[in-house]
Amino acid sequence: MITLNHYLVVSGILFALGLAGVIARRNILIIYMCLEMMLSAANLALVAFSRFRLTDGLPDYAAQSLVFFTITVAAAEVAVGLAIIVALFRAKQSVDVESVNKLQG
Amino acid sequence: MPSLLFYLFAALTLGFGLMVVTARNPVTSALSLAMSFVGLAALFLSLDAYFLGIIQILVYAGAVMVLFLFIIMLLDIKEEAGKTPNYIAVGGAVALAAMLALQIIAVATSRTEGKKTMADAALKLEATGAAMEAAKTSLPTITNDLKEGTLPDAKLMGYTLFSRYGFHLQVIGLLLLVGTVGVVVLSKRDKEAAS
Repeated sequence: MITLNHYLVVSGILFALGLAGVIARRNILIIYMCLEMMLSAANLALVAFSRFRLTDGLPDYAAQSLVFFTITVAAAEVAVGLAIIVALFRAKQSVDVESVNKLQG
Repeated sequence: MPSLLFYLFAALTLGFGLMVVTARNPVTSALSLAMSFVGLAALFLSLDAYFLGIIQILVYAGAVMVLFLFIIMLLDIKEEAGKTPNYIAVGGAVALAAMLALQIIAVATSRTEGKKTMADAALKLEATGAAMEAAKTSLPTITNDLKEGTLPDAKLMGYTLFSRYGFHLQVIGLLLLVGTVGVVVLSKRDKEAAS
């Protein structure tokens, strides 16, 4: 049978994958996608907790509301972040994070 | 049967998640991420969160991924051919991610709470519906749905959002407005610099 642990393990592995991508990749767009993946992993953990910790015999809708807000914030964040990436590309003609080195000593 | 579907969609989510991190071509990454989100939405559905599952597909697999693909094609990003990956960063990333995953798994599986199955946490729809009717709450459609033994997921979600979290919902609306204005300001070409 599927337990709460199964969902938490999937969520944890997905989060770790996203973290690995953020550290290892140099393309800023892919780093951004990995950030989205980490947010989704947290959402999965929240939905799993909401389903397995019932309030009055129903799923905990406070947790699901938090997931709804997280999805909204993530959508706004993607829009602003991609606009910043486009501005960065106009300035540097590259999406490589190592091309952004003006502050390097 | 439900457990088979869980493993199928968990494998879909994690497999395409791995492809996002490893693919050389950004378009492959973006499409893999869309598939990963579809798998995640299926996991949401398996947790009786129908509304969030649909929202996940609409917002993430739909809007967000289209935005990503649009930007990738607008900037005309090529495959990073010939570039060798930074092996120190890759090694560090793999080690750190493996340690984090092991830590999360160790903590999550060490609790007795985590051994609850779906049967242990069965929804009590009819009982809750009867209790709501007895308490004379002014929610006739939700009460009727519960008494009939169906979970009115979207209705309960809407009720929670517009009653307990009404103020938060307005703040989120303001955030989206500020985000929209910010994107327009950021994307506007600087006229003085251009001329």
